[in-house]
Amino acid sequence: MITKNIMIVGVGGQGTLLTSRILGGLMADAGYDVKISEVHGMAQRGGSVVTYVRYGDKVAEPIVEEGQADVLIAFERLEALRYAHFLKKEGVLIINDERIDPMPVVTGAAEYPGEIIETLKEKVTVYSIDAMAEAKKLGNQRVFNLVVLGMAARHMDFSKEDWIKVISEKVPKKTIDINIKAFETGYQS
Amino acid sequence: MKQKEIMLGNAAIARGAWEAGVKVSAAYPGTPSTEISENIVTYPEVYAEWSPNEKVAAEVAIGASIAGSRAMVSMKHVGLNVASDPLYSVSYIGVNAGLLFCVADDPGLYSSQNEQDTRLIGASSHVPVLEPSDSKEALDFTKFAFELSEKYDTPVILRTTTRLGHSQGTVELGERVVPKDKPYERNMKNIMMPASAKMRHPVVEAREIQLAKDACSLPVNRLEMADTSIGFITSGIAYQYVKEVFPEASVLKLGLVYPLPDDLLKDFASKVDRLIVFEELEPFIETYLKSLGIKCEGKELFTRQGEYSANMLREKLKDEKVDAKAANVPNRPPILCPGCPHRSTFYVLKKLGIHACGDIGCYTLGAVDPLNVVDTTVCMGASISMLHGMEKARGREFIKNWVAVIGDSTFMHTGINSLENMAYNRSSATVMILDNSTTGMTGHQDHAATGKTLDGTEVPAISIYKLCKAMNIEHVVEVDAFNTVELEKTVKEETAREELSVIIVCAPCALLKGQKFPYKVKAIPEKCKKCGMCLKPGCPAIKKRPDGTIEIDDTLCNGCGLCTQLCHFGALEKYEL
Repeated sequence: MITKNIMIVGVGGQGTLLTSRILGGLMADAGYDVKISEVHGMAQRGGSVVTYVRYGDKVAEPIVEEGQADVLIAFERLEALRYAHFLKKEGVLIINDERIDPMPVVTGAAEYPGEIIETLKEKVTVYSIDAMAEAKKLGNQRVFNLVVLGMAARHMDFSKEDWIKVISEKVPKKTIDINIKAFETGYQS
Repeated sequence: MKQKEIMLGNAAIARGAWEAGVKVSAAYPGTPSTEISENIVTYPEVYAEWSPNEKVAAEVAIGASIAGSRAMVSMKHVGLNVASDPLYSVSYIGVNAGLLFCVADDPGLYSSQNEQDTRLIGASSHVPVLEPSDSKEALDFTKFAFELSEKYDTPVILRTTTRLGHSQGTVELGERVVPKDKPYERNMKNIMMPASAKMRHPVVEAREIQLAKDACSLPVNRLEMADTSIGFITSGIAYQYVKEVFPEASVLKLGLVYPLPDDLLKDFASKVDRLIVFEELEPFIETYLKSLGIKCEGKELFTRQGEYSANMLREKLKDEKVDAKAANVPNRPPILCPGCPHRSTFYVLKKLGIHACGDIGCYTLGAVDPLNVVDTTVCMGASISMLHGMEKARGREFIKNWVAVIGDSTFMHTGINSLENMAYNRSSATVMILDNSTTGMTGHQDHAATGKTLDGTEVPAISIYKLCKAMNIEHVVEVDAFNTVELEKTVKEETAREELSVIIVCAPCALLKGQKFPYKVKAIPEKCKKCGMCLKPGCPAIKKRPDGTIEIDDTLCNGCGLCTQLCHFGALEKYEL
């Protein structure tokens, strides 16, 4: 199989590392060679963070480069825009419709771009969801990333059962039910 | 078939050390090396510790090796500068049982103050350097390092990079095999004084010549002969980019990057039409090839700066322009977290117009917008010593609106020595120790002043207050970081005092487990006068609405209440959870 490339982008602290653990487990269970590259350290303090996930028969480099991503999962609108050029022309962009102002916007040195999702839709296939609102409805806003992942799962090559199995293994025991519910919410929408 | 598992590069190093029978591991946390220790401590057969700094950690490992057990020390690249004193001399001593220095470089500066290349330190200290290119090799090379160390009577460096240490890949697991402890015998080679060092220097030289020869047939140096129109000499993560773009090209993949194997290099060079050296950071292999008179291309094509990529190869060697333009969007630099006690401290310092000599930690972020208080950052512990130097150069008047800011972990690392110097050499400066009860930036590691060891055992915490008092510093004050009134008063008093003083600013890191304020803050828009006071400290949870009034992002607010102290109109209110 040709190597597939997935990227998860967001703001440090949004839980991108959990998402990549789930993806890695899913692909390893399916018998693929997997490489995942993460950001730890300073950038995790509210900076722009990116995780690369690659799987296939034999994966060489652990990163996804410009113009190479099959699926780009963005946990925040501005980060979707920042990394959209990493997508292949036929790639799919999943956006959590949330705005987190970066410091230059907070201080007034820059403006938060308007109509991000509309602009991106002109170039690539975009699916967006207000995952935070969905997670709040479920009673725990922290599971918003599983809502986003559920939406992304629709555009990847694994069965829903496989996803649910690996989610049950990777999230804390007490939160399995709510995480699966969150995943289902994203998957259905 | 061997059991396979997906592992972070750093976890694979820990696993490799465990399988190699390592008994002692010591380290000081530093991105991108921290997870080595956090993983090795999960193996109960290994004694693993956080040491106060890399020099101490290295010496702990050296002691264990001389006593006869396999040992390792891990650190980030700049940590090796701190540990270079023992490294250069233990190179002369050699080992009893295997001794490994794991050193993580940071091309691309994800979390560091420079991009130094550890291979150069390996060469100048005459210590062999191994470099893995994925998680599997990280595990395998770690095991091999101990064999190499014992066979050649030398410490060995395992050099990784951020990309390697923080990437996950498939590894093959093995069993733990603990070699019998080597007998300890008193040996003059363990005593580095001029006479014995003079005797060891030729041994070190001979060892290196021998290893360079043997390296031509070491399995970690791998020849992949294929199409000979272009050939690459590469190592580490850069090898993966070559394989990505040139799967058909001939490659000499070096696992041992110091010392280099002359005959193997010459042989490979003679077989390919065009020779490219693809190595991140310094032209280490390239310079060596050129010293042998081998024609090759390297840094004239590829930069010394940052990380490499497959697209760089496509662009430079295949003339393929990547047709992907980045949108012009505002940067998102790292910031202090909501509820971070440093924000409160820097807010007060900024209000008082104070400059700070800064140090290494999250509080380096006090250097950027909107706080802009920190004026300098060099290395661990430097805040205190540099402020001292400023006073000695320009006098009391110059530093009267200056302080040094240093975190608790950094203070315990090397700040202690600097404060000792101030106390000894009659400084009149003010040092602020920002005590958030943890090593924050690297992801919450304990240290001697937190009262917990790496494996979570509770031990008596060293009191930073008493430590300062023991240096005969008369004025040592503890203040709550979130009490801005008290903090402001204290900073004014202590900076005005023409004597050395220490302010210990206390409040736990907002992300520390179990650390939760029992409040959150809500905005009352009718009372908001749009004055912008609450925006000054740059809390990411506070947002301006289109009409200029303020709202609080409930998902981000940590309830520290700093903003409620700044609002004079009661538009921000704490409420209990």
